[in-house]
Amino acid sequence: MREKLEAIRVKAEAELSAITEQSELENFRVQVLGKKGELTSLLKMMGSLSAEERPIMGQVVNETRAFVEQKIAEKQAEIKELELKKEIESTPVFDISVPANLTRGSYHPITLVQRQCESVFRTMGFNIEDYSEIVTDYECFEALNIPKDHPARDMQDTYYLENGQLLKSHTSAAQNAIYKKYKDALVNDGMPIKAIFPGRCFRNEATDACHENTFFQMEGVMVDKDISISNLIYFMKTMLSEVFQKDIKVRLRPGFFPFVEPGFELDISCLICGGEGCPSCKHSGWLELCPCGMIHPEVLKAGGIDPEEYTGFAFGLGLTRLAMMKYGVKDIRDLNSGSLKTLSQFTDDEN
Amino acid sequence: MFLSMNWISDFVDLTGLDKMELIRKFSLSTAEVENEIFFKGSDFSGIVVAEIKSVEDHPKSEKLHLLKVDIGEAELVDVVCGAPNVRVGMKTAFAKVGAKIGEIEIAPRPLAGFMSNGMCCSEKEIGISDDNSGIMDITDDVVNGTDLKDIYEIDDIVFEVDNKSLTNRPDLWGHYGIAREFASLAGRELKPLPQVDLSQYNNLPKVDLKIEDDLCQRYSCLQVENITKNVSPVNMRIRLYYCGMRGINLLADLTNYLMLEMGQPMHAFDSRKVEKIRIKCFAEPFTFQTLDGVDRNIDENTLMICNDNTPVAIAGIMGGLDSEIVEDTTTLTLESATFNAASIRKSTVRLGHRTDASNRYEKCLDPEMTVPAIARFVNLLVSIDPDAKVVSALTDEYAYKYPKVTLDFDKAFIDKYTGIEIANDTIVNTLNSLGFKASNDGDNFTVEVPSWRATKDVTIKADIVEEITRIYGYDNFDIHTAAAPLYPVRAKAEKTVEDRIKDILVHRYSLHELHSYVWQYYDEYKALGMDIEENIKLQGATNPNIETIRKSIIPTQLCQVKTNTNFSTDFGVFEIGRTVDGLKSDGLCNERKKLCVTLYSKTKSLESLYVELATMLSVISDNIKHKALNFTPMEATLSYEHPRNLNAISCDGVVLGKIGVVHPTVAKKIDKKASIVFAEIDVPMLTEVADAGIHYEEPSKFPNMEIDLSFMSETFAPIGKAIKDANCELIKNVQVVDTYRDENGKSITVRLTFSNPQKTLTTEEVMEVANGIIEALAKENIALKS
Repeated sequence: MREKLEAIRVKAEAELSAITEQSELENFRVQVLGKKGELTSLLKMMGSLSAEERPIMGQVVNETRAFVEQKIAEKQAEIKELELKKEIESTPVFDISVPANLTRGSYHPITLVQRQCESVFRTMGFNIEDYSEIVTDYECFEALNIPKDHPARDMQDTYYLENGQLLKSHTSAAQNAIYKKYKDALVNDGMPIKAIFPGRCFRNEATDACHENTFFQMEGVMVDKDISISNLIYFMKTMLSEVFQKDIKVRLRPGFFPFVEPGFELDISCLICGGEGCPSCKHSGWLELCPCGMIHPEVLKAGGIDPEEYTGFAFGLGLTRLAMMKYGVKDIRDLNSGSLKTLSQFTDDEN
Repeated sequence: MFLSMNWISDFVDLTGLDKMELIRKFSLSTAEVENEIFFKGSDFSGIVVAEIKSVEDHPKSEKLHLLKVDIGEAELVDVVCGAPNVRVGMKTAFAKVGAKIGEIEIAPRPLAGFMSNGMCCSEKEIGISDDNSGIMDITDDVVNGTDLKDIYEIDDIVFEVDNKSLTNRPDLWGHYGIAREFASLAGRELKPLPQVDLSQYNNLPKVDLKIEDDLCQRYSCLQVENITKNVSPVNMRIRLYYCGMRGINLLADLTNYLMLEMGQPMHAFDSRKVEKIRIKCFAEPFTFQTLDGVDRNIDENTLMICNDNTPVAIAGIMGGLDSEIVEDTTTLTLESATFNAASIRKSTVRLGHRTDASNRYEKCLDPEMTVPAIARFVNLLVSIDPDAKVVSALTDEYAYKYPKVTLDFDKAFIDKYTGIEIANDTIVNTLNSLGFKASNDGDNFTVEVPSWRATKDVTIKADIVEEITRIYGYDNFDIHTAAAPLYPVRAKAEKTVEDRIKDILVHRYSLHELHSYVWQYYDEYKALGMDIEENIKLQGATNPNIETIRKSIIPTQLCQVKTNTNFSTDFGVFEIGRTVDGLKSDGLCNERKKLCVTLYSKTKSLESLYVELATMLSVISDNIKHKALNFTPMEATLSYEHPRNLNAISCDGVVLGKIGVVHPTVAKKIDKKASIVFAEIDVPMLTEVADAGIHYEEPSKFPNMEIDLSFMSETFAPIGKAIKDANCELIKNVQVVDTYRDENGKSITVRLTFSNPQKTLTTEEVMEVANGIIEALAKENIALKS
């Protein structure tokens, strides 16, 4: 019996070395260790042994079994290794140098600049308000201290509707509603009114590369006790520096708008030349950017705010103009053209 | 408006000051100065007075003459000249050898065989008028050889101010008012305007004058005769020319000069034509010929100057041809008046004709100026033509005066508004330098507003702040942030919804955001076979193309798709824009904010594109509201809607909008081969849908069970309903995994995923639910696929 066991051991070693496939290994395992396998049949013969011999032989059988199992395990590992190697070698080198499919959608450029502005103002504690495009004469003019015979109220300049309403000619048309919305919080809780309101505006004029009858502005107001011209300049400079992501110099010139007093035209140092003078600033070093001013007392009054107690500033940024400046759009009509050749380029913001 | 520094310097001594710096300050403190500044006379030198001593015909030329001219030197100078107006004894402008005109230096040169040692110049050549018909004819008594710049104000700095920046400043429409600003900015005195004393004529007869309409605020006039001079002095003509006008004749030039100097438009009538001056409107429209020879339609709102009942001028705008000064005019009547500003502006709009006078009247001129303007006019006239004689008393009707404006304020007010410290003295001095009468008692100030600022410009305390701060200089402001307390800023729900819709459509579906116009483009709609939807219109619209406000963005977007069919085989566009859905009960427009999406494809079937769009909307709803949308077939009513494929979109039982396939007639006009589908959703209504939010559930420890059921059905809707009606908490997911069509019809395979958090699912309980669904559908005649 001992010899038989030894024979199994020798045979196992010899046969295993020739095996290269998983199936062969399995066959071998069954042949040796299976229910009817060689080792198992030997084990069945244990009964014929003497009581003294039995434990000794039992140990030898177990050793042989352990030996064969270990050899099978080793072989198993070897085969796995081999198969993995085969799999890896059979995998081709994939080509990822093919141009990526960059198909992507696009935002309207106004959305992009509007979002940039909004995020700047949000960080400074401004509410972002929305307002209708069709407003009343009161909202657009009367509440803004624009007298009845003011040229802006002519049909030549403003689109009036049959019911007497009009397409708002400036975002300032939302001022009155904003004041009324927040005045209680201002008066009762001391919460300053800080709001911006981007929106579409309409002017009845012939369109060309520089003129559109439909365009976007963004109005901003801040009202509190003791808001001053000094604050206005500070905020404009800070906010515009954030919007353009560089230190912007601002300068104020008197400008006349019935809803502010004093009113200003705000110039910024030219974005292209930084103030040295270049063709885009007509060699002046400055770009006229936005009208602003201290909110006219009559306008505050119309909004239910006492101008003796509160002051504020307001400004109007031309979002359309800003988008054109930022992206170098030369013809304003491109923005409303609906042309995908033009507009699909504004895939996302590069900041 | 062009402004001459020489003219300004008549009224304020600016010697020793940097003029360019003053102009820059003026631009920052008063009104915007255009970038280009003109240095008149700087482009030439060496032009002197020359007297023509002899004129000989050129032997070989019809045009040329051989001249000998005296330029104040020992020898006469030989010149060849081609001007037609040469004559012996004439004095002219002469560019002598060595003179420079632009880049050219004058040198002796042969001209048609004769040496020419210099050049006689026309007024145009030296830039003082546009007259190039002959050489300059100097009639003043001047010494030969004198440099022209020493006798005439040729050297000047001229700058332009944008008229738009002067709309609220009637006082700045003449040099005198501008000089007042320069005086204030330079810290120098403003000189008084030279005038004659008109009271000396009080004994003369008055002009027959009557204001019959209150659109005329003040009318002053005076009669003058015996004007012998016809040509204005050179310096006057130079100033007019530099300021953009042309010399015409003495009278016309004087009225223009007065207007440019004081901002007061004036008019001179032939006195024979205005014996009874009446200012009024006419009840019946008529045509009137203005002095430019144009017939203009006058309506009942246009104020006219009349000779009794005969109109002679359109008030404040333009005189009539009939009453103009003519050859045999001996006596003229000078008008200096103010009219209702709004009425003048409206008249110019109606007439389609604006003039330098009406531009000024529109700004609310100071009525106090009419009489000083006449006094200044006479002063200028007699200094030029001493024979001229005033033959009437000043006749002045002053219908109504502006109230005097006096403002009181304290230092605290100024401090609060400016946010900086400005000294009391600075406040008072600044205001006084601008012609205000300011005084203070400690921190309390009283200011009287001068008449030229009190017509509408300065009425409240805040206006005074502007006067002080603009002269103080905004560049000099110390700037600082506000002391306002901080509060959290909450994003508005609708804004968030809008932003998220855009992000989903752009990033997830690669759609393109477009903008469009709010009106229904008649021509473009027609071209695609779409009807204009009846809706509110623009008032008095003349262009039918933009007459009617849109009810929906869909047709607008279809027009845009049409223009983009070459862009790509597949694309989708969207817009969040406004529409008007008729009027609300209060008569105001029912303005709605809508999301409109249109998909275009040349590669996909209509059905798959339609499903894709429905999926997009469902994703939006699921992302933003965590809710599913329902699509219910609806009846097509509009020209672009497909009669069989139009669905109402609803969520939580509220109809949010619609989704549809484009009507084949319209679709074919856009593109014969493409599939086109659209959807429109009301954004505020979507915003109002309550967000179901995220419901966290601990994942079941027990395995899920899936079963697939195939039903014979054309649509999923009833299957979905049956599953929903089963109301089984164990169903965690429903998915359509296959649709198949064969000769028996369409089958839809749904996969139901069951999960129980408490225990292992049994086939029996799952089958019980499934059987319930199968039975429910069987009642609807939807059978399980065999």
